[in-house]
Amino acid sequence: MIDILNILLTDSFWAASLRIATPLIFGVLGALICERSGTLNLGIEGIFVVGAMCGWMATWLGAGLWGGILVAFLCGAFFGLIHALLTVPLGLSQHVSGLGITLFATSVSYFTYRTALPDVSSPPRIEPFQPLDIPILSDLPFIGLVLFQQTALTWLALIMVLLVWYVLNRTNLGLAIKAVGDNPNSVDAQGLSVYAIRMWAIVIGSALMALGGAFLTMSAFDAFFFGMVNGRGWVCIALVIFASWRPGKALIGALLFGAFDALQVRLQTEMGALVPGQVFLMAPYVLSIAALVIAARSADYPRALLTPWYKGQR
Amino acid sequence: MIRIEPRAKVSNSSTIFIPIIAAIVSLLFAAIPIISAGANPLIAYVEMAKGVFGSVFAVSEMLTRATPLIFTGLAAAIAFRAKLWNIGAEGQLYLGAIAAVTVGSGFFDLPAIFLLPLIIVLGACAGAVGMVAPTYLKVRFGADEVVTTLLLNFIIIIFLQMLLEGPLQDPMGLGWPQSAPILDQGMFPPLIDRMRVHSGLILAVILAVIAQVMIKHSVWGFKLRAVGENSSAAKHAGININRSLFGVALLSGGLAGLAGVSEVAGLKGYLTADLSPGFGYAGIVVAMLAGLSPIGVLIASVFIASVFVGADSMSRAMGISSFLADLVVSVSLLCVLVGGFIAKFKIVRAGTGKKIL
Repeated sequence: MIDILNILLTDSFWAASLRIATPLIFGVLGALICERSGTLNLGIEGIFVVGAMCGWMATWLGAGLWGGILVAFLCGAFFGLIHALLTVPLGLSQHVSGLGITLFATSVSYFTYRTALPDVSSPPRIEPFQPLDIPILSDLPFIGLVLFQQTALTWLALIMVLLVWYVLNRTNLGLAIKAVGDNPNSVDAQGLSVYAIRMWAIVIGSALMALGGAFLTMSAFDAFFFGMVNGRGWVCIALVIFASWRPGKALIGALLFGAFDALQVRLQTEMGALVPGQVFLMAPYVLSIAALVIAARSADYPRALLTPWYKGQR
Repeated sequence: MIRIEPRAKVSNSSTIFIPIIAAIVSLLFAAIPIISAGANPLIAYVEMAKGVFGSVFAVSEMLTRATPLIFTGLAAAIAFRAKLWNIGAEGQLYLGAIAAVTVGSGFFDLPAIFLLPLIIVLGACAGAVGMVAPTYLKVRFGADEVVTTLLLNFIIIIFLQMLLEGPLQDPMGLGWPQSAPILDQGMFPPLIDRMRVHSGLILAVILAVIAQVMIKHSVWGFKLRAVGENSSAAKHAGININRSLFGVALLSGGLAGLAGVSEVAGLKGYLTADLSPGFGYAGIVVAMLAGLSPIGVLIASVFIASVFVGADSMSRAMGISSFLADLVVSVSLLCVLVGGFIAKFKIVRAGTGKKIL
């Protein structure tokens, strides 16, 4: 127990937690926007892969880091648009369409990677985002390392939490997004387009998910590997429910997950001799299921989630 | 502007034609990545066809690939019929395989007539066990089974890696993370001499036929449909929804477990952590192409297996990445979804009511 306390008191542990949480923050926010508007987006796992591959490859081809981020954002939006077309105007099964997007996006990424780099055993590396170095702030004890030596993408994620919270809770657009997810008929009655709002929500949400993927190859690592997303997208789907579709709680959920993941890595090195390492690797997934189970009962589901809506049919 | 209206009646032929058209469209779509990889698509298609139908060996390879897909396809088809979204076939496959090598690699030194059936039954049970927790959590706590089964896939594979570096590791395996081989008498007998296609295929076909008969002509099949199509009406009709769901879940998990049994006891002989190249997920595509019909699963498995085997052989001949197969498979899934829409709805011009499609 003392070991765990010692770990929890170090600034490097909390810095790692926030770093691990960053892609999840993007992913949870993206999934949250989609679901708030009434559409489950199981394409998330594949969109993470697309973001990771495209952002990294664009940077490697010379687009620059922020150019890579833009490319990842647009590629995520593109796959989101496919999901939006299938699930909103066509009203097809959101489960199957989402899984289809995941398979499609993953295979497009892998095929593109292999076609662009047929013979390499290890991928070329890029110069990833560097930790911020802000005068005075970065040198503060504890929070200097935890907050002010993260990369710009982590800050972008935190700003996105604020932005999504603000839009959802303080603007008419947010009202409309929540309304199409709860009661699309009321939105239609006001003369707004349910289709347009839902589709934009899915496109923007998917673009945010892709940024989560891009963080993996452009900040956490410096190259793309097969299987590197490794279920992070599915974890986000669980975390949205845990967060009851609220951006603030989504941030807390992602941070808790990040802290737990950082802790298991450290425990693994300390207790590796006693317990097989795989027990620790399993823990984050078990934790996600646990979080889901705890939250599922009281979850305040968007009432029209999973329900297609057709114009002119009540 | 256009408007979407339901068709007066969904034609029966659409259930047959939609998957066929989806399959053709997805194959045609493959021309785009093939051209972008700098190759001639016509030559690539010929290479693919040769790789699947060019010789007895090629057909045997294709049927070998189709075997696990039939099991995972059936697993998905039965669960999806009851609107139980079991996306965990990949993990359940590994549970079945773990059971198969545990009992098959010398734990019981039984003659073939006992050992193989024991492996099959325990493998199916192990796969079914993989569905107990997600179904319980769904029924008791309302936890979404999509997420729990997906996450369980990762947990089970890590668990498998732990076993392969621990209790299941082959003592003669020079430290590789692989299990001891299944005894010879515990293996599915091959169907053709010196070919890899094995009698697991027969088991798969028999189960598909049984499933078809059960779904169409039994009370259980009626309940399955009732629970899937309208669970509140089913409840009014006196069907115990939770019990029906558990039954479907166990069956679905068991079938997925058999995919693992058949791979390990029919093909590989021993278990590694890369036994399945995503058979569990491909099974979902198989089931959707099949319109959730068990007999359809047989045909769809042959199609998907052909894509994989054909792409592999084309990849060797022309140097195009075999990820092309995954691309075609995923596109076929999206196409069949859209096809299902066109069968059920018509698109009319809003002003005149003139039919566009």
